[in-house]
Amino acid sequence: MLLAPIQELGRKGLDFFQRLGRGHLLFGHILAGLPALLPRFGLVIQQVFSVGVLSLVIIVVSGLFVGMVLGLQGYNTLVDFGAEESLGVVVALSLVRELGPVVTALLFAGRAGSALTAEIGLMKATEQLSAMEMMAVDPIRRVLAPRFLAGFISMPLLAAIFSAVGVLGGYFVGVGLLGVDQGAYWSQMQAKVDVYNDILNGVTKSFVFGVVVTWIALFEGYDAIPTAEGVSRATTRTVVHSSLAVLGLDFILTALMFGA
Amino acid sequence: MSPPPTPLVEVRQLLFTRGSRKIFDGIDIDIQRGKITAIMGPSGTGKTTLLRLIGGQLRPDCGAVSVEGQRVDSLGRAPLYALRKRMGMLFQNGALLTGMNVFDNVAFPLREHTQLSEPLIRDLVLMKLHAVGLRGAWQLQPSELSGGMARRVALARAIALDPMIMMYDEPFTGQDPISMGVLVRLIRQLNDALGLTSIIVSHDIAETSSIADYIYLLSNGKVVAHGTAQELGHSGSAWAQQFLKGLPDGPVPFHYPAEEYRRDLLTSVVDR
Ligand SMILES: Nc1ncnc2c1ncn2[C@@H]1O[C@H](COP(=O)(O)OP(=O)(O)OP(=O)(O)O)[C@@H](O)[C@H]1O
Ligand SMILES: [Mg+2]
Repeated sequence: MLLAPIQELGRKGLDFFQRLGRGHLLFGHILAGLPALLPRFGLVIQQVFSVGVLSLVIIVVSGLFVGMVLGLQGYNTLVDFGAEESLGVVVALSLVRELGPVVTALLFAGRAGSALTAEIGLMKATEQLSAMEMMAVDPIRRVLAPRFLAGFISMPLLAAIFSAVGVLGGYFVGVGLLGVDQGAYWSQMQAKVDVYNDILNGVTKSFVFGVVVTWIALFEGYDAIPTAEGVSRATTRTVVHSSLAVLGLDFILTALMFGA
Repeated sequence: MSPPPTPLVEVRQLLFTRGSRKIFDGIDIDIQRGKITAIMGPSGTGKTTLLRLIGGQLRPDCGAVSVEGQRVDSLGRAPLYALRKRMGMLFQNGALLTGMNVFDNVAFPLREHTQLSEPLIRDLVLMKLHAVGLRGAWQLQPSELSGGMARRVALARAIALDPMIMMYDEPFTGQDPISMGVLVRLIRQLNDALGLTSIIVSHDIAETSSIADYIYLLSNGKVVAHGTAQELGHSGSAWAQQFLKGLPDGPVPFHYPAEEYRRDLLTSVVDR
């Protein structure tokens, strides 16, 4: 009786580490497949297109609203100190350093990540991956590797779009509705946002999130139990795990970049 | 007299388990060159598993599987993939790639493994599709095909690279009488005209025994009988008789291994 929960815990623990191991093996296998994609870059472009198109609308709309909220909140705080001229800086830094990469990654996980898991999982369930193996085509190189690279490339692009649209949203609210000086909004932003410290760090975050979210999505699909239920569970896990990973990694990366 | 040619596929003392269940318990199978060999047996005996072992997708616990003298069970990745290029496999449900139409599915192995020009690939694909009677369906998506059509497209894809060995997993299920007849003839023609070696896994006794040169009957992890269709028909094996005639009673169990029925019903779940 008493042993049962401990056994259960042990089984869960073993399970976890086995999955972790399989995940890393898959990661290595995918990385080994990347060089072979160079002569066939069309495969990657195709995936960038489908991943990007999947996420573009939601990224643009969310970016706009987040920017507008930042404009409103930032104005309300800044105006108490008579510093509403700095609204542009506040909006831009929040987006470029934090919200752009993080919110984009979360949306990407929900939109493109879950779709990737479902696609790969269904290909496994319908024996398409097996059939490829029997045709002497490695599904990890042919199917997973191009999707991985596409996620890696798309994430920073989408985050950049998110931030750009957000800055415009902040502009609409701050300058258009609340009467912040237009010149100040842009010029302060230009003066204070640093290419290395802010933009490059934001882009680095995006690349890291792109790797992690796409890796989790592909692994969950590839490792899914090949049934309808297994695939649906894997899809849920992709969203949960990659969201948690993004938020946790964001703290670590922020501490490394801006901490000291 | 010349010595008999070595078999193309040799399975020796094959042992394979899934969990605690022995799927294969020391079986020997020879697949002769240029012949059509049928593997028959009840559902769940491991016919599909056997094809996967021959294709190197599964590794046996014990025993040897050789194809053309190469030990599939211990082959490295590169030689295994090289060998697979010369093996065609028709999956039980077709396993067409979704997101590509019929044409691209058949062209897939050609595009992956050859440097042929597009016009040449086009001609080859149309020829293969013509052979299975689906040339007119080249622009359909897999979701727009019936199960039987999907299997025929998969057959066209499996023969695209002109393999030396073809493995058919249940090619006849889901085919109407006409396409069944066409398929039977096609398998024979492919085998003889292209000099293939074919392995058919099936429970369609009439069709299979009409084209198979040699038949293996599997049950409970063992080869219970083998021989030509005629030999099996006249054999004294109760097992072969039951299977070939489709009798419900006999040595072949209809049930998946289980506890005794009465005990199972009378014990409550808590006692387990
Ligand atoms: N992935 C798996 N994990 C565990 N057991 C499996 C797995 N796949 C198959 N089995 C078991 O192996 C046995 C053989 O399966 P297989 O698919 O080879 O049967 P089959 O002879 O092809 O049957 P059918 O004629 O119905 O297609 C089955 O009893 C099944 O329970
Ligand atoms: Mg089967």
